[in-house]
Amino acid sequence: MTAAAAARKPNWFSRLAHPGRFLAWSRLVVLPLAVLTVIVFAIGLWFAFFNSPEDYQMGDMVRVMYIHVPNAWLSQFVYATMTASALGTLVWRHPLADVAGKAAAPLGAAFTALALYTGALWGRPTWGTFWEWDGRMTSTLVLLLIYLGIIALWRAFDDQLRAGRVVAIVTLVGALNLPVIKFSVDWWNTLHQPASVFTAEGPKMAPSILTPLMVMMAAFTLLFATLHIVGMRTEILRRRAETMARQAALAAGDAG
Amino acid sequence: MEHAVYIAWAYAGAAAFVAALSLWVVWDARRVARRLKALEDRGIRRRSAGSAP
Repeated sequence: MTAAAAARKPNWFSRLAHPGRFLAWSRLVVLPLAVLTVIVFAIGLWFAFFNSPEDYQMGDMVRVMYIHVPNAWLSQFVYATMTASALGTLVWRHPLADVAGKAAAPLGAAFTALALYTGALWGRPTWGTFWEWDGRMTSTLVLLLIYLGIIALWRAFDDQLRAGRVVAIVTLVGALNLPVIKFSVDWWNTLHQPASVFTAEGPKMAPSILTPLMVMMAAFTLLFATLHIVGMRTEILRRRAETMARQAALAAGDAG
Repeated sequence: MEHAVYIAWAYAGAAAFVAALSLWVVWDARRVARRLKALEDRGIRRRSAGSAP
């Protein structure tokens, strides 16, 4: 093979990410991924309720942490995924990039809403309040509003390719909120505790509490992966259906 | 269990939310699959898949 031919040949990632190929291989992984998600959730819930000690300060409320922290993690991880997709749309014009971004937005909004909901229920007995306008909570609420704005923007355009470029720019601007969320607990006085899982020195927790937390984080991340793949498949097929309906309408117009 | 009400609301709310989200994703996938099949049953094909007989 010549160097020019080798350069023209798409790499393995491009081949996997081609919409047609993606539909073929993703069909095979959805069910195993869903089963794995259920198994890891079962293990995580067993740890959370039957194999986790009470925390020395917050007692049994530590069990709420096992669902709050994974959702808080996903609220930012999903947005980071959307940011990578936005770059894929704007820089490489990858056909699957805006599909990935669009499918992730409602999932990210749901995980962010869950992080706020579980955080409020964790806050009431430990801080004495459901809500406080501090840096971490306010910036997470802003993240939810950004997600909702992006979902509304997708729906505002009939031309989804044009929508993809506009949404990609908005997504990149919204990504400025991610470091604000991450470092809000260091920059401002806050009720929210500082980072205790993702720190430069490693997690600051006892293994008996860290283990259930990590298993639940894996379970929620697998849930996101499963729902994201199904959502991407749906979006590709939706675009196919819209193209076919348009072709049929044009053909009917020509015949008439 | 201390603060059992808060723990129960947190887990019940999360379970309901995750179930609703999962059902919505599956419902949307089935709805689009039905629409695609209805178009194909009418003999409509994508241009790249070749024209209808």
